[in-house]
Amino acid sequence: MHLPRFAPSRLVLTAALAAAAAGAGAQSTDPVRVGLLSTLSGPGAGLGVDIRDGFQLAVKLNGGKLGGRPAEVIVADDQANPEVGRQTADRLIKRDKVDFMTGIVFSNVMLAVGTPTFQSKTFYISANAGPSQYAGEQCSPYFFSASYQNDNMHEAVGKTVTDKGFKRVALIAPNYPAGKDALTGFKRFYKGEIASETYTALNQLDYGAELSKLRATKPDAVYIFLPGGLGINFIKQFVGAGLSKDITLFGPGFSGDEDVIKAVGEPMLGMFNTSQWGHDMDNAANKKFVAEFEKEYGRLPTLYAAQGYDAARLMDAGVRDSKGKLDDKAAVKKALEAAKFDSVRGAFKFNTNHFPIQDYYLRVITRDTKGRITNRTLGTVFKNHADAYAANCKMPGL
Amino acid sequence: MSGILLLEQALNGLQLGLMLFLLAAGLTLVFGIMDMVNLAHGSLYMVGAYLIATATQASGSYWWGLAAGVAGTALFGVLLEVSVLRRLYRRDHVTQVLGTFAILLMCNETVRMIWGSQPLSLNPPAALSGPVELLPGFFYPAFRLLIIVVGLATALLLYLLVTRTRLGMQVRAGASNRDMALAMGTNVQRLFTAVFGLGAALCALAGGMLGPLLAVQVGMGESILILAFVVIVIGGIGSIRGALVGALLVGMVDSGGRTLLPMVFESLFGAALAADAAPAVASILIYVLMAAVLFFKPRGLFPAHG
Repeated sequence: MHLPRFAPSRLVLTAALAAAAAGAGAQSTDPVRVGLLSTLSGPGAGLGVDIRDGFQLAVKLNGGKLGGRPAEVIVADDQANPEVGRQTADRLIKRDKVDFMTGIVFSNVMLAVGTPTFQSKTFYISANAGPSQYAGEQCSPYFFSASYQNDNMHEAVGKTVTDKGFKRVALIAPNYPAGKDALTGFKRFYKGEIASETYTALNQLDYGAELSKLRATKPDAVYIFLPGGLGINFIKQFVGAGLSKDITLFGPGFSGDEDVIKAVGEPMLGMFNTSQWGHDMDNAANKKFVAEFEKEYGRLPTLYAAQGYDAARLMDAGVRDSKGKLDDKAAVKKALEAAKFDSVRGAFKFNTNHFPIQDYYLRVITRDTKGRITNRTLGTVFKNHADAYAANCKMPGL
Repeated sequence: MSGILLLEQALNGLQLGLMLFLLAAGLTLVFGIMDMVNLAHGSLYMVGAYLIATATQASGSYWWGLAAGVAGTALFGVLLEVSVLRRLYRRDHVTQVLGTFAILLMCNETVRMIWGSQPLSLNPPAALSGPVELLPGFFYPAFRLLIIVVGLATALLLYLLVTRTRLGMQVRAGASNRDMALAMGTNVQRLFTAVFGLGAALCALAGGMLGPLLAVQVGMGESILILAFVVIVIGGIGSIRGALVGALLVGMVDSGGRTLLPMVFESLFGAALAADAAPAVASILIYVLMAAVLFFKPRGLFPAHG
């Protein structure tokens, strides 16, 4: 049921490239194998699909190569289930002998897959999940986050909500590692009163009980971290219950991205959210990415797609700058740490714990010049922002 | 203030309970009359939701979609009964569990092949997507209200069907003593097919009602099937009345627990522990209820067999 799917065209391409370059030395013609383990079914499927599409777009634009070597991307579904994720990761690492792993959406799956991946000395480039554990005491030389640390986006909303003068905010997040990180991050920068703090089940889709509690507590604003289908359902039900008139809705970029906008539509107008990236950001790498993504898939990319794209570009730099010697772990680690690639979010560099130091922006959902409902970047919330856990990370040797 | 909270929770509980009743009614009849454990019952709910979502997209109207999807699922249920399930009635429960579990897996994979693994979106009709003011200052989502109305109407129709018609009499006879009903000349084969088709239609109705609130996705049937089994165990197997009472109990306890428990825990143990413990305790509450009912009434609240 969950066999990884090969793209036949990629195999053919690999073979053709291998034949063409015969005699150039085994190392430059052997394919770079990437295990892209992501959530491709259930309410979180939209997220995994965007990571996959962003990653594959980067490889395609790169002529099917990573760091000058042909790329072979093996796509597999973790079903947002830590057990399935761990078993599938085992197969990717042991049977398919992948050189890199990437793609995981949810932090609970990430924490289950991390240990066996790091033990097998396989580099993991995160295109989404950035659990606080791997930023602090459990940091690993094999883990690199091309996205963010889980707390960061929520810290940016916490600051925004405080700056906008909201005094009583209700918080809702799923009961799993990234949900805890989210509200911790929010509270680190939010200075007002917390009207209520609710953790819901990660597979919960009916928010009737939470909404009636909101009606009773009457906060000025509600902050939700509900990824994918969860957020779509919450916002629809929030509007349906008539609460949007009195309570301002805030979310991280996840809850106000193109996937949610597409499903909810007009009620999203005016919602503030934060992100390390926006599709309207003005840099050459981003313009190319957004134009090519729209051309390839006929929709605007989400931040997940941008992270998938950057993960592939970081891998490309890692293979290239280690001269393709993927067995030389120290060389690959050094090349990845240098992160010599043009990120679609502009400036990007790694902290000592392999998590990014980057800017975070405030976005608002409006109609663009073409009449589409989409995000517009308003301004910078944090400049060169690092996570709060880096000091606890004593990076172990390889 | 807290009066409105309680009222809203009671309505939410009623809404969840009535939808569980639609599922449990079919399940309890199949279990009670045919003595058949049907794990594929949740698949009918999923197939119904997918058919309704597809027909809604094709016709542009939620109501036409609902009608077409319910009819299509009833037909699917009848075909399933005639082609496969009929052969399982006389087998033991283990065979039935294995057989219907296989059907469940096949349904999931077939739906995945046809519609893909990403959830479909099914939106309520635009007129019902906002709130209505039930009492001054008390707004309730219009679509949830519709679910309650449809659930109550269906429960009433089922009651009339079971207590006032010939088919209903045969169903009751079959549930309380199958061999005697057979001996009295009931055409059980036709009765079973009719009951199964009716159960499938009720599943599809629940799928079409809950689809806009939840998500139309592969595997949606399994999570709700467990609740439906809890309902019929509490209510007593084979009893429609038991299914209704059990479903309302489960609905009320589940919604009530999710709101009230965190408040109680917060006042007893403080906010930090409440945030961790309350959701966990709230999610096992209905199983505690089931265990309690089984302890005092091992055959459920309204057992159908004598």
